[in-house]
Amino acid sequence: MPEVILKVENLYKSYGELTVLNGISFQVRQGETTVIIGTSGTGKSTLLTCINLITPPDKGRIWLEEIEITDPKTDINLVRSSIGMVFQHFNLFTHLTVLDNVRLGLTVVKKIPKDRATAISIEKLNLVGLADKLNSYPAQLSGGQQQRVSIARALAMDPKLILFDEPTSALDPELIGEVLNVMVKLAESGMTMVVVSHEMGFARAVANDIIFMENGIIVEEGDPETMFHHSRNPRTQEFLHKITELYGGRPK
Amino acid sequence: MDQLSIIWQGLPSLLSGTLVTLNLTFYFLALGFILGIILALGRVYGPSYVKILIILPFERFFRAVPELVLLFLFYFGSSFFHINISAFIAAVLAMGFRSAAYQAQIFRGAILSIGEDQMKAARSLGMNTLQSIRFVILPQALRLSIPSWANEYAVVLKDSSLAYAVGVTELLRQGRYIVARTFGNALLVYTVCALIYFILVFAGNQVLKHLEEKYKIPGYEFKQRREQSVLERI
Amino acid sequence: MSFLELTWNILPKLLEGTAITIELTLIAITIGILMGIPVALGRVYGNKSIYTICTFFVEIIRGTPLLTQLFILYFGLPSIGIMLSPFKAALIGMGINSAAYQAEYFRGAIQSVKEEQLIAAYSLGMRQGQAIRYIVLPQMFRLVIPSWSNELIYLLKYSSMAYMIQAPEIMSQGRLIASRNFRTFEVFIVVALIYLVLVLVLSKLLDLMERRFSIPGL
Repeated sequence: MPEVILKVENLYKSYGELTVLNGISFQVRQGETTVIIGTSGTGKSTLLTCINLITPPDKGRIWLEEIEITDPKTDINLVRSSIGMVFQHFNLFTHLTVLDNVRLGLTVVKKIPKDRATAISIEKLNLVGLADKLNSYPAQLSGGQQQRVSIARALAMDPKLILFDEPTSALDPELIGEVLNVMVKLAESGMTMVVVSHEMGFARAVANDIIFMENGIIVEEGDPETMFHHSRNPRTQEFLHKITELYGGRPK
Repeated sequence: MDQLSIIWQGLPSLLSGTLVTLNLTFYFLALGFILGIILALGRVYGPSYVKILIILPFERFFRAVPELVLLFLFYFGSSFFHINISAFIAAVLAMGFRSAAYQAQIFRGAILSIGEDQMKAARSLGMNTLQSIRFVILPQALRLSIPSWANEYAVVLKDSSLAYAVGVTELLRQGRYIVARTFGNALLVYTVCALIYFILVFAGNQVLKHLEEKYKIPGYEFKQRREQSVLERI
Repeated sequence: MSFLELTWNILPKLLEGTAITIELTLIAITIGILMGIPVALGRVYGNKSIYTICTFFVEIIRGTPLLTQLFILYFGLPSIGIMLSPFKAALIGMGINSAAYQAEYFRGAIQSVKEEQLIAAYSLGMRQGQAIRYIVLPQMFRLVIPSWSNELIYLLKYSSMAYMIQAPEIMSQGRLIASRNFRTFEVFIVVALIYLVLVLVLSKLLDLMERRFSIPGL
């Protein structure tokens, strides 16, 4: 079995009275894709931002390979530079061109010389099919294009894994496909990914592991075959039934 | 002496007054800019005791007390505390601090309207807070601030005329001297002064409009947020 | 004499000045409203010459310092035989100045009343005058309230400039007291505190008023 890249142990997070994460544990192996599903407001997105400590968890420990991220002595900025993140609303830097969006982390955080950073950025933009948009600004692109730039931005940092926070749910239906295609390609190339998504077609086709979350806990976890066809948990069955009705099992 | 030759002969002193006015304006804005950015960043990202004990009282005071009173406080205060500063410096401090309180509000509004998503994205790349502010937040906040900043330029330029009251020989005081020398002609001389101010405001606004156009982000429209409380708005 | 004693002694005189300051502010903002609305309407609905005149007025007033305007009124107008008392000159100057700014607030508010609102009014058979009277103006007044409360505070602060033409407001009182007791700095500390209290109280009141008059859901 491939080695464990990410290990999350007993994660807790509350906002005042509201408990969002109520003891979450799971692990992700090298090269695998984990898809987290569940109804809105069940803490999936919070879980993702807790993993790179953008949202500091109240309790619990997280390891990236053998480094404990949650150890206060760990240089969190260094850790973040090796965990990519793709946001629901893209969060591209609005004042920078596509090229500069991808390049900024390389020059500022990794201190890579500009020529080299440019070459890397163009390579990654090529990978997501946007090498012809280098000098466009985010606001001049479609949502699907913006999300692909943001994937390239994450890729450029040469991350150990990439977190996807509902990467397609802010997109018009006709633009979802181009983003999913890039993600499928990434998964096939061996990138480790943790994806929060409602795209059941994607989950079925690509996931090694599916986690169903509800009310801050993991209700059930398993491979797609088990989850979709042999789930023993009535909550999982009900959720999967509803979501497939709603979104359909979109083929990739 | 006919009116035209009064203006003609007074022109050199009016122009030297104009230079002093521009000088004052420059220093007001510069001091206000530097201090204003620090205050705004402190208010958005700083610890809350700094906000409550230092930044808010500073902003409230310099926004609530009239410019002329501030000017007197600094001018007469310096001699009260036996600090020897010129009227020019007293004016720069008073109006510079006032402008800082206003510019802080401009920058703060801009930073807040950029929203947290940009900060999150920067942090997720591994940038520290300072890098995120330097490369992601400020470049956007400054662009967004240009229109309000144009307004502040006009306000500060016009308020520089108050330095007259503590004896700085800026444009209006030079006008006053000409009126005194030529026994009258106040209407003419002050109208010319007003015209000079008007030209300066107009020219400055053109430059800033040009800057705004130049630094506009293609395709992007900022949504300006509006302050709910009057004190935060004035 | 301690600072507190000094404050106690000079407070009555300063409060007399404060009353004049408030009077100046209130009358000036009224002049500003009465002049500002027609100017704003002229800029939005007027024909070319009315638009040009109104725009010229607004730009000239907003582009020049209030202090210069006061000097022109008080020191300048006598050259053509018009003598104004300091108080009257201050009132007229501040009123005209405020009118130019308020015209801009009103114009902004009128223009942010949506086009559809007018179309809806015309579709009911209203004439332009009626549409302005019953649809645009009521909405404009509510939209303009935030800018209008800013203006009130600006005017309160800028009324201190009337001191420069010897109108007997709070600053002049302060200067007068200081010329007798030579404790200029402390006198102006008290003046500053009075302004501080006025502005803080006024802005709280305006906050309350804004909440009271806001259009629900807008």
